[in-house]
Amino acid sequence: MALHHITLTVNGEFEQVDVPSQMTLLQMLRDKLALTGTKNGCNAGECGACTVMVDGEAVNSCMVLAVECQGANVVTVEGLAKDGVLDPVQQAIINHGGVQCGFCTPGMLISARALLNRNPEPSEDDIRAALVGNLCRCTGYVRIIEAVQEAAKRQKALN
Amino acid sequence: MIRMEETMTPNQPATSVPHPIGDSVTRVDAKEKVIGAALFSDDLQFGPGLLYARIKRSPHPHALIKRIDTSKAQALPGVKAVVTGESFPGMTGLYLQDRHIFCRDRVRYVGDPVAGVAAVSEAIAEQAVELIEVEYEPLQGVFDPEFGATSEAPVLHPDLGKYKVQNFIFPKPGTNISNHFRIRKGDVDAAWSQCAAIVEHSYRIPHIQHVPIEPHVAVAKVDENGKVTLWGTSQSPFAQRNLIAIALGISQSDVEVIAPYVGGGFGCKAGVSMEALAVAVASKTKGKPVKLRLTREEEFYTAFVRQGMVAHFKMGCDAQGRLLAMQNRFYWDGGAYTEYGVNITRASGYSSSGPYDVPNVKTDSFCVYTNHPVGGPMRGFGMPEMHTGLEQCIDELALAIEMDPVQFRRINCVQGGDTLVTGMTMHPTGLSECLDKAAKAIDWGRKVAPSAPNKRRGKGIAAMWKAPAMSPNASSSAKVALNEDGTVTVSVGGQDIGQGSFTIAAQMAAAALGVPIDWVRVATPLDTNYSPYEWQTVASRLTWSMGNAVAAAARDARQQILELVAKAWNEKIEDLDIVDGNVISYKSEETISLKNIAIYGLPLPNDQGWIGGPVLGRGNFMPTYVTGLNAETGQGPRAVVHYTTGVQAVEVEVDLDTGKVQVLRGVGAFDVGKAINPEMVKAQMEGGFVQGMSTALFESLQLKEGVLQNPSFVDYRIATTSDVPMDIQSIIVEVPQDDGPWGARGVGEHSMVPTVAAIANAIYDAIGIRVGAPPYSAEKVYLAMVDAGLVKEMEG
Repeated sequence: MALHHITLTVNGEFEQVDVPSQMTLLQMLRDKLALTGTKNGCNAGECGACTVMVDGEAVNSCMVLAVECQGANVVTVEGLAKDGVLDPVQQAIINHGGVQCGFCTPGMLISARALLNRNPEPSEDDIRAALVGNLCRCTGYVRIIEAVQEAAKRQKALN
Repeated sequence: MIRMEETMTPNQPATSVPHPIGDSVTRVDAKEKVIGAALFSDDLQFGPGLLYARIKRSPHPHALIKRIDTSKAQALPGVKAVVTGESFPGMTGLYLQDRHIFCRDRVRYVGDPVAGVAAVSEAIAEQAVELIEVEYEPLQGVFDPEFGATSEAPVLHPDLGKYKVQNFIFPKPGTNISNHFRIRKGDVDAAWSQCAAIVEHSYRIPHIQHVPIEPHVAVAKVDENGKVTLWGTSQSPFAQRNLIAIALGISQSDVEVIAPYVGGGFGCKAGVSMEALAVAVASKTKGKPVKLRLTREEEFYTAFVRQGMVAHFKMGCDAQGRLLAMQNRFYWDGGAYTEYGVNITRASGYSSSGPYDVPNVKTDSFCVYTNHPVGGPMRGFGMPEMHTGLEQCIDELALAIEMDPVQFRRINCVQGGDTLVTGMTMHPTGLSECLDKAAKAIDWGRKVAPSAPNKRRGKGIAAMWKAPAMSPNASSSAKVALNEDGTVTVSVGGQDIGQGSFTIAAQMAAAALGVPIDWVRVATPLDTNYSPYEWQTVASRLTWSMGNAVAAAARDARQQILELVAKAWNEKIEDLDIVDGNVISYKSEETISLKNIAIYGLPLPNDQGWIGGPVLGRGNFMPTYVTGLNAETGQGPRAVVHYTTGVQAVEVEVDLDTGKVQVLRGVGAFDVGKAINPEMVKAQMEGGFVQGMSTALFESLQLKEGVLQNPSFVDYRIATTSDVPMDIQSIIVEVPQDDGPWGARGVGEHSMVPTVAAIANAIYDAIGIRVGAPPYSAEKVYLAMVDAGLVKEMEG
C-alpha cells in the first residue's frame, strides 16, 4: 500500500505524517496523531461528531482524505482552548448545561467556532443552520443554541 | 455494612438541607468533555498487538443453519481466529436466558451473529467474513406479534420450556409467548354497563432505535490462564461481568469489565449484547486484545431496538367523568430474543392503568417472539409506547362526555393512598400539581390564531407515570475515601451516560460528609475490580438507589472522622460537626482541617501515640420491600419501589399544504421528589422532550419481512437543530420520596413518556383528526387530512 508523506498544521503545530491513500482525515487525527477528541459516530458524513476545521471551514473529517490535507491548517477540539483558557464557545456550553454525554460536543464546538469566525453576530436561524449537521441525542439542542448566542456576545465584549 | 435505616437519615433534614443539595453545580465532567480529553471506549489505546473483529451475520430472518465452512477465512493471511457457535454452548440473557453468543443451529433475525473473525486489520477481518460460507434452510418467519401469539405461527424457540427464567416471568412453552402478564382488578365486565361513555382504540407503535451518537465498542482480552478483561461502552459493567461469566461458565471474579465514559446509552448499552461476541472471539486469540466496533448500519438493527407494540385499549367512565373500567391487550414485538423484553411486558402490565385511579382493570400483556431485531430496554421501558395510545384514549373519553381533558385528568389522576392496579397503595405524589402547572404554563384553553392562513394551531396535554422496572432487589454500593489534602474520592459502579450521575454522586457525598463540592472527585473509569457493585445504570434508579449508597458511604466516613476526633480531643461526638472540610467542636470551639487527619490520623494527648488511619467510608442500598405478584391476577402488596409522575403540554401548528407538524413550544412538569441539581433535572426534561418529539414526528425502523429498509441517519431521521422549539419550559415539582436521598427520585426517562401522546392530542386539537400510529410525518398527516376531507389532494 502506497504511503504518502504529507505536511500540515494541526492545532498550530507542524506535523509530518505518512498516510495510505484511503486514510481519512478522521483516521489520521485519531490513529496517527492520537487526537481522539474528534469522534467517529457514523463514518458516513451524517452525524457531525467528527467535525474539524480545515482552513477555517467546518468539515466532516470522515469525508476528507488525509492526502487532501497537504499544507492545510486543521483545528480540532483539542486546539480550541488557548494557554489553558477555554474558547468562549467551550465556556458557554458549560455555563448553559449544553453538555451531557459529551460525544457530539467536540464536533458541535467546532461547528460553532467556525460559524462565529465567519459570522460574529449570528441570528438564531444562522446558528440552527450552522449546527444542523451535528446530531445530538441527549440535550435537545436548546442549551447548545443558547450557548452559541452567549459565546457570540462574550466574544463581542472581548474584542 | 450500612443498614437501610441509616441510609434513610438524609430524608430527615432536621434543620436545613445541607449545601450543595439543590444547587445547580457545574457538571464534574463538563470541562474534560469540552476540551476533548474525556476518554470514550473507542479512544483507548491498545498498542500494535490489537486485533480487529468483524461478525458474519444472518441474511435471513428465520432459517436453519445446515453447514458453516470457515476454511477459506481461516486461510486468509492476517486472520488470527475464526469462531462459531460450536465452541460456545452457554446461554445468556438478563431475565430469560434465551440466547447463545453465536447462533448454533438456527438464525432468528437478519443480523443474527453466526461467526466471528479476528484479524490484524478491520479490512482483513471484513474480507474474511465474506469468505465464510454458510448454508441455510430458510423457514417461515413471524413478523407481527399478534399473529406470533396465535397457534398458527411457527414456533421460534422450541426449547422455551428449558430456558432459565426469573420467577416473575411467565413463558408459555410450545408458543412464541415468552411472557404473559395479567392484571385482574375489580370486575371489568360488570363495569361497562355503568359507563356513560366507552372508547375503544388500537395503536401500532413502530420499532425505533436509541441511536446514541457513540456506536457500541467492545475490546476483549482473554489471558491464557482464563482471565477475561472487557473494555466497552457500558451502562452495566456488573451485569456484563455476571452474564458473561455465566455464558462462559467461569467465575465472576475472573471477569473484569472496564467502562469509560459512555456517549449516550438510552438503554441500548445495558445488559449484554455485542460485548459477548468480542469476548468469544478473543478467547481464541492467545491473549491478544480484540476490538469490535459496530458500524452505524449495524447499530440500527443488531444492537437492541425499542420493540414494537400492538395495543388494544378499551376504557369507560361515568357521566361525571370518573374512570370506571379499563381493558388492555398489549402484544409486544419482542424480536428474536426476549431476554430483556420480557420485563418490558411486565412493566407495561403493572402500570397499565396509566397514572389514574381506576377501580376495574383487566390487562393482558404478551411478549411475543418474532423474526425482528432484538427488543431491549429504551428510555421509558415500555411507558412511552403504552402512554402513546392510552393518553389519546383519555382525551377521546373526555371528548365523549364533553369534558375538558385537563379537568378529566384532574378528576382521575392518581393520588397518594389510592389502590393501584396491582393492589399496591400509592405513595404521596405531585401529579395534580404537575397537571395544573403544565396547563397554566401552556395557557390551556386560550386559542391562539395560526401564523398563516394555511395553518391550523392546537394544544395537547398528556400525563404519565413510570416506576423503575428492575429485579426487586436490584442494589447499589459506594465508597468514599479521603485523600492526603482532605479531598474526597467517591467510587461508584453506576455509569454517567450523560444524565449526570457522577455530579449527583459528588453533590451527595459533599453534603453528607460536610466538604465543599469542589473537593470531591468521582473515580473513573468504572472498573468491576475496583468500583463497588451497581446492578445497572437503567430505570432512572441511580439518583435514588446509588444516591442512597453514596450518602451512606459519606456518612460512614463522617462517623469514622468524628469518632477519631472525639477520642483525640476527649469530646463527645454529638458536640462535633464537619463544616466546609473542617471538624469543629461546638463545645470547645476547637477546629481542625480534614487534611490534617484524613490519612495520617491524629496524635493522642501527652505523646501517647497515634489514632486513626486512612478514612474509607462504605455504603450500600437495596430495596427490601418489593413483593411478588400473583401470576393470575397481578395482585400483590408492593409491585414497585415508587412511581415518578408528570405531565407534558405542547402547542403545535399543522401545515395544511404539506402536512408538516411544527412543535411551537413545550412544557414539562415532573415530580422528582427533590431536585438535587435543578438545572440538570431541567436538562433531562428538555432532552427527553426533544427525543420524544423526534419519535413523534420522524422515527420508525421500517422492517419489511424482517429486513430493515432504513439503517442510516439519512433514511432514519432524528431531530436536529432545525426542528426544536426554543421555548421548552421545565417545571420541577417536589413531593419527597420517603426512601430517597434528600427525598429524591429519578427523572431520566420520564420526560419522553407522554410526548407522543401530547403531540397527537395537539394535532387533533388543530385539525380534528386522530392520525393513528406514529410517527406523525408530514406525509402521513397530509394523507390523513385528505382522507378526512380536510384538504383536497394536490393535482399534478
